[in-house]
Amino acid sequence: MTAIAARPLYLRRFPGRTTLVVGLTVVGLMLLAALAAPLIAPYDPVFQDGTARLVAPSAAHPFGTDNFGRDVFSRVIWAARVDLQIAFLGVVFPLVIGTTIGTVAGYFGGVVDAVFMRIVDVVLAFPYLVLIIAIIAILGPGLKSFYIALALVGWVSYARLIRSQILILKSADFVLAARSLGYSHSRIMFRHLLPNALISSIVFAMSDMVLVLLGGASISFLGLGVQPPTAEWGIMVAEGQGFITQALWMTMFPGLAILLLSFGFSLIADGLGEWLGVKE
Amino acid sequence: MKKPALLVVDDLSVEFTQRGGAPFGLGRRSLAAVNHVTLELRAGEALGIVGESGSGKSTLGRAILGLERASGGAVTFDGMRVSGGARADMERLRRETAMVFQDPYGALNPRMTAAQAIAEVLVVHRKVPTADIPARVDELLTLVGLRPELGARRPASLSGGQCQRVGVARALAVDPRLIIADECVAALDVSIQGQIINLFMELRESMELGLIFIAHDLAIVRRLCDRVAVMYLGRIVEEGPTEDVFRSPRHPYTASLISAIPEIDPDMVLAPHLLAGDPPSPMRLPEGCTFHPRCPKAQDICRSGQPPSERRSTGRRWTCILDTKTPANEPMEVS
Amino acid sequence: MTDPVLSVQGLSVETRDGVRLVDDLSFDLAPGEILGLVGESGSGKTVACRALMRLLPEPALRIADGRVALMGQDLVTLSEARMRGIRGRQLGMIFQNPTAHLDPVMRIGDQIAEAVRLHEGASRTDARARAVEALRQVGIPDPEARAGSYAHEFSGGMRQRAMIAIALACNPKVLIADEPTTALDVTVQAQILRLLMDLRDRQGVSIILITHDLGVVAQTCDSIAVLYAGRLCERGPKRGVLGAPAHRYTAGLIRCQPTSAGGEGMLDTIEGQPPAVSAMPKGCRFHPRCGAVIAVCNTHQPEQTARGPGHIAACHNPVADAAMTVSV
Repeated sequence: MTAIAARPLYLRRFPGRTTLVVGLTVVGLMLLAALAAPLIAPYDPVFQDGTARLVAPSAAHPFGTDNFGRDVFSRVIWAARVDLQIAFLGVVFPLVIGTTIGTVAGYFGGVVDAVFMRIVDVVLAFPYLVLIIAIIAILGPGLKSFYIALALVGWVSYARLIRSQILILKSADFVLAARSLGYSHSRIMFRHLLPNALISSIVFAMSDMVLVLLGGASISFLGLGVQPPTAEWGIMVAEGQGFITQALWMTMFPGLAILLLSFGFSLIADGLGEWLGVKE
Repeated sequence: MKKPALLVVDDLSVEFTQRGGAPFGLGRRSLAAVNHVTLELRAGEALGIVGESGSGKSTLGRAILGLERASGGAVTFDGMRVSGGARADMERLRRETAMVFQDPYGALNPRMTAAQAIAEVLVVHRKVPTADIPARVDELLTLVGLRPELGARRPASLSGGQCQRVGVARALAVDPRLIIADECVAALDVSIQGQIINLFMELRESMELGLIFIAHDLAIVRRLCDRVAVMYLGRIVEEGPTEDVFRSPRHPYTASLISAIPEIDPDMVLAPHLLAGDPPSPMRLPEGCTFHPRCPKAQDICRSGQPPSERRSTGRRWTCILDTKTPANEPMEVS
Repeated sequence: MTDPVLSVQGLSVETRDGVRLVDDLSFDLAPGEILGLVGESGSGKTVACRALMRLLPEPALRIADGRVALMGQDLVTLSEARMRGIRGRQLGMIFQNPTAHLDPVMRIGDQIAEAVRLHEGASRTDARARAVEALRQVGIPDPEARAGSYAHEFSGGMRQRAMIAIALACNPKVLIADEPTTALDVTVQAQILRLLMDLRDRQGVSIILITHDLGVVAQTCDSIAVLYAGRLCERGPKRGVLGAPAHRYTAGLIRCQPTSAGGEGMLDTIEGQPPAVSAMPKGCRFHPRCGAVIAVCNTHQPEQTARGPGHIAACHNPVADAAMTVSV
């Protein structure tokens, strides 16, 4: 037993390992590409070469150029920075807010729980994207508004998930033991209950990143998120749609990038879930 | 010289409300899980509480420590009233009492190592200076018979017996004067049970611990406890010095419980007169003596009227109406 | 002597990594015999019985070796389809936790009737009548009405009775009872044990009673097999094994059990704990916890030797015949 436990994690065999490793590799490579964008990207992502508009993929422009003569490959690489940030920040705020509210509501129950859960019901009554668009419309377009909108809307799923876990764990003996030892409510909630309830939320956050990424792309596509000329996959797809018959590469490559990153996150979510025994 | 009582439980009741079928709380019913229980425990004394499932023995243990809300009566710990008492009193109760649970794995946070679980108690109650915490944790682990290096392990990589020892070490970290152990060996293998029971016996002697040992295993209670209280449907039906109760049970329920213990004696076959039926639901208490539907000696007088009142003699008490030798409600002898 | 109804020879169960959870287990079960299979957690007693039923979670666990003959027919080599016909019909099984093994949304009577129709092709009305009869047999009061109840309307003891009724509805030859009373109160435990003995007397069913409680074994079984860390330590008639245990582990277990007769001071214990499956000790598997180790115990697995009629033990340094008597 101990011999197995002493082996580093990456050498151990556990269910879902292959899935997790492939997912981490995909996301890791994209993260690396984003960080090393100045080294990898052959051109400035916003530099417009008027002499080379809508050039098909070639040795000079591996993914071709767009209607302003910008290098699509460089833009896809630079856009990874923006999109990874969207996926990460778009999930972190709802995760933190939702987890805190869900923990408190589940632990105390009663009126606190009833109030928060009614708010959750109200938020869930509206279509997700419509609500986000409405909030951005009020706050004004831009990434900051997008994050605020996500935080205001996205926390409900996390709150519900954590709350259901807390409700199950609350009756466990180790919680009763903690009460019998005179531990404070906040210690029981955040030191004892939360670490045990968080696993399923982390798994959910990974699949949520896919949704946020696609949501971010849609928002930018509608002109409410990232503003041109910043490179972002959603905008690139939007800009390319007018040229889809002449220059398929303008939409195809950023689209593939979205697909690949989503694929990576899904694999991580699946692998983690299988490893930690979380059922969705 | 008689020691003063460490714990006095006076007429304690705990009620649970059961949600009814109808909306808006209609059809809600309440059941008395603990029904007017009175008990006393001295420092260094071990009291066994036995009974079938549903007898309310675990609820009683929790209510004593304020983990269940009492609906009536009082708990006094070391002269200080704690049930429904002030917050400061409750905090003192927490600092001087501890509980050990049935499920050795379930009672420990699966994400904390054994050493972390013990250290947490020391930190929260500021038992020792921060610098001395690791040494004290090792000392406690050694005290319960664990090698200190096991402290680095999480519950999942410890055996059931080892986890239970960690549970005891964590309880001892409080420096308790009272430990309530709720079925703390029921989930362990026979060869391991003895190890934990012996540990309790040693600790009791060396530390003057008051011990309330809740169990369904009467044989263990007989070995470990000075006094035993038998519960049926939330009430104590018999209480007294362990040896006396085992040798000459006064309540038919106690007698049935004792005869149901499976003995390792190849010549003994199952007792011919088994206690029939299941323990009834506390939702619908029978009229009269609550034990009468299962009692082999039940007569008409048992089936109606008020539940029998308590009878007492020389440190023992029991509630059976058929025992006419002792007058009811004779005041407890003061020795 | 009559032919055994069930004969297990050299049964071994292995994990995928080749660890033997049950190693070379042999015993015979006579018609109408109650055999107590005793051991602590991890002793392999439950795994052994799952293997008899061919209900191992393959491929994680598999039967590596051995023969299980039910009335002369080897079950180990039987096809899964044929095995399904044996289960329930000739081999019944009941479990520790009846709640988990009863269908919560199906009436108790229907669950029994289903078993009867499946295995014997009985008609609907016949099956229902058989179900009521089965409930009556296991001592459920008012069986006609109770057949229409659901599991949650039964108490713990009644659920275990219902489980037994399902297992016995098709009159199996052998009933395997895996810790059937561990979750029950002592008073209800006594009722269920009495029921099992009555059913043996009335229907002649042979029973393998898996338990960790020597007291239960002493009061109900005809013979006892003691397992430790996957190996058979001692096997024989109840009186021989409990009255004059030869294996040091058996003797230790008997001493550990507190008796209601009381006694003074510390309880006897067996120091240490059972070995992990991945780290089985060399030699006799019990030697690290044994108080009477001699040199050979560290290196060689003990052979089974006869201790009396039908009584065998696998111990290098057995308890001398008169040295150990049960204290009563």
